[in-house]
Amino acid sequence: MSEKKNQTGPIQYKFETNIVAMVLITLALVSVGGLVEIVPLFYIDETMEHNQHKEILWDRQEGQSLNDWQAGDGVRPYKPLELMGRKVYLREGCYLCHSQMIRPFRDEKERYGHYSLASESIYDHPFQWGSKRTGPDLARVGAKYSDEWHELHLEAPRSVVPESVMPNYPWLAKAPIDAELTVKHMEVMRNMPNAPAPYTDADIASVPAEVEGKTELDALVAYLQVLGTMVKFDENIDYR
Amino acid sequence: MQASLDQKYNFEIIKWFTVSAVIYLVVGTTVGVYIASELAWPFLNFDIAELTFGRLRPLHTNAVIFAFGGMSLMATSYYSVQRTCGVRIWSDKLAWFVFWGWTAVIISAVITLPLGITQSKEYAELEWPIDLLIAVVWVAYTFNFVMTIATRKTKHIYVSNWFFLSMMVMITLLHVVNSLAVPVDMFNSYSIFSGVQDAMIQWWWGHNAVGFYLTAGFLGIMYYFVPKQAGRPVFSYRLSVIHFWALTFGYVWLGAHHLQYTALPDWTGSVGAAISLAMIIPSWGGAINGMMTLSGAWDKLRTDYILRFLIVSLAFYAMSTFEGPVMSAKTVNALSHYTDWTIGHVHSGALGWVAMVAAGAIYHLVMKLWNTKMYSESLINMHFWLATIGTVVYIIAMWVSGIMQGLMWRDYDEFGTLTYTFAESVAAMHPYYAMRAVGGFIYWTGGVVMLYNVIMTIRMATSEKSVSAATTATA
Repeated sequence: MSEKKNQTGPIQYKFETNIVAMVLITLALVSVGGLVEIVPLFYIDETMEHNQHKEILWDRQEGQSLNDWQAGDGVRPYKPLELMGRKVYLREGCYLCHSQMIRPFRDEKERYGHYSLASESIYDHPFQWGSKRTGPDLARVGAKYSDEWHELHLEAPRSVVPESVMPNYPWLAKAPIDAELTVKHMEVMRNMPNAPAPYTDADIASVPAEVEGKTELDALVAYLQVLGTMVKFDENIDYR
Repeated sequence: MQASLDQKYNFEIIKWFTVSAVIYLVVGTTVGVYIASELAWPFLNFDIAELTFGRLRPLHTNAVIFAFGGMSLMATSYYSVQRTCGVRIWSDKLAWFVFWGWTAVIISAVITLPLGITQSKEYAELEWPIDLLIAVVWVAYTFNFVMTIATRKTKHIYVSNWFFLSMMVMITLLHVVNSLAVPVDMFNSYSIFSGVQDAMIQWWWGHNAVGFYLTAGFLGIMYYFVPKQAGRPVFSYRLSVIHFWALTFGYVWLGAHHLQYTALPDWTGSVGAAISLAMIIPSWGGAINGMMTLSGAWDKLRTDYILRFLIVSLAFYAMSTFEGPVMSAKTVNALSHYTDWTIGHVHSGALGWVAMVAAGAIYHLVMKLWNTKMYSESLINMHFWLATIGTVVYIIAMWVSGIMQGLMWRDYDEFGTLTYTFAESVAAMHPYYAMRAVGGFIYWTGGVVMLYNVIMTIRMATSEKSVSAATTATA
């Protein structure tokens, strides 16, 4: 191959004969795409809709607890029980079959609801948009079914949806939620170097009362029931 | 001759990587067939947490990508870097560390993933202590490879090594950034990124695990093993230069096409889609370069079953690298995203390209390393046909089910309301999910045939060796 070097010029010859140059140029080239596509997302204000529409985020007043929040008040960090329910959602790999990202199409609006906003997943470490809909999208499943329906469905999906191929989750109702562990999860979320959840000391102090006697099933249902209910949408506003 | 090669190069370590790769091919596809069956017949979840689809699916992807793919890449890269540089691997000790370190990663994955210990980022599920181990082993793997090239006897670095190298560099970068997390305890952590930024970083990782690990790395395999097996030089040196740099620069941008029409800003998805379209050129450059290496010697395909694997893998590579850009175009993506079409696309690449080119390379390696013929030529041919038919059955099932899902979800009746409930679309998938499981099973039997053939070859070679050693001793 050496005799063909002049076909591609001296630059190629240099890289091809010098391993250090080869490693450095490769590192430089593979960095460009990521830098261009990722870094601006942290700095361009338009990326997050709440920079234009303040009402998307919950404007929490001094002394308000998470339980003072009402559906539609805006995006807030997860309550202790919801956070632990979300952890169950991650552990069981729900995201592998359920997306949480509604696209701006007519059929998706009618089937699932208003298209999803980036600001709605601001406290989602990691994001749960998913990539596959073996089951339906869950971005706005909150408040669509009763708690009882969810419990039946999680225990034995085919008892309420005969066509379903989802596994049964009978072990969730037997697993209690641990208050101490819940506090640890909340502390990690609160101290995230990037997009931390604004929990107050009072929120952390409320944990034992919030999770007392609750099971993983209760927690998962609490999480599912809040999905998509945080923002009140105005049909006349184009958020993106 | 073989004895001197054995002394000059470290073949022993390559043997371990090679045999591991074959075993993990069977393990990974076993889990794959099982979870495919769960979607067709959900009773197979058996109400056992560790067996549910949500926990086994990450095990399947990790087993095929990191166990089978990883061992294949390590075997082929450490073999070909020694041969193309004319020197022994830089450090035998470090190579053994890489083997046992990677094996430890795989065993940890097999234990933790069914237990639900996961970071829940696709293809990067392993928890933070295992992520740290991966980083250390991967850097050791890369360092040993680079140092071997640095001590080479040849002036030029051969083209296969460029591809292996770009994979190693990129995977280091991707793995470190995408796995950044804050631990809660030993078995729990949360990504430091959230929402839209996390989504972009995840798919920057996700697509480049495909683009570098499963493409650049396996193109490295192609550039060494196709010319070797065909006994001919690479078709075009110039084409390999162009397609290498274009691929290295371009692939990184594609992740955004996984997030079309989502809450990711439109500009990012559009940039990803535009570069995706352009990637047809470097991708097909590679496929053409590989296939045309056989130019003037096509008759070899009739007799050389290993060459069949290599060439058909390139045909699948060309097909999936055409399909990918098509699916990243916004109008197509609106239909294909969230459907089984994506799964079909991944498997036309994974079963058709990655595993076939690796199988061809592994057969070649086994014969070189043990200095023997394969135990059975006809079993190679049988594996070839099982793999090809299995892949085709699988991807046809997923094309049909994927496009059907997409069309059913957006279908309106004459009253302007949605025609189908979601549950109806799930029910409609059943025959295709069953067909997919059958396709996967056919592919799996091919893997079993390969494992048997490799084991018998090694047994044959080692007993011949001891017989010849015994005869020498008595003489």
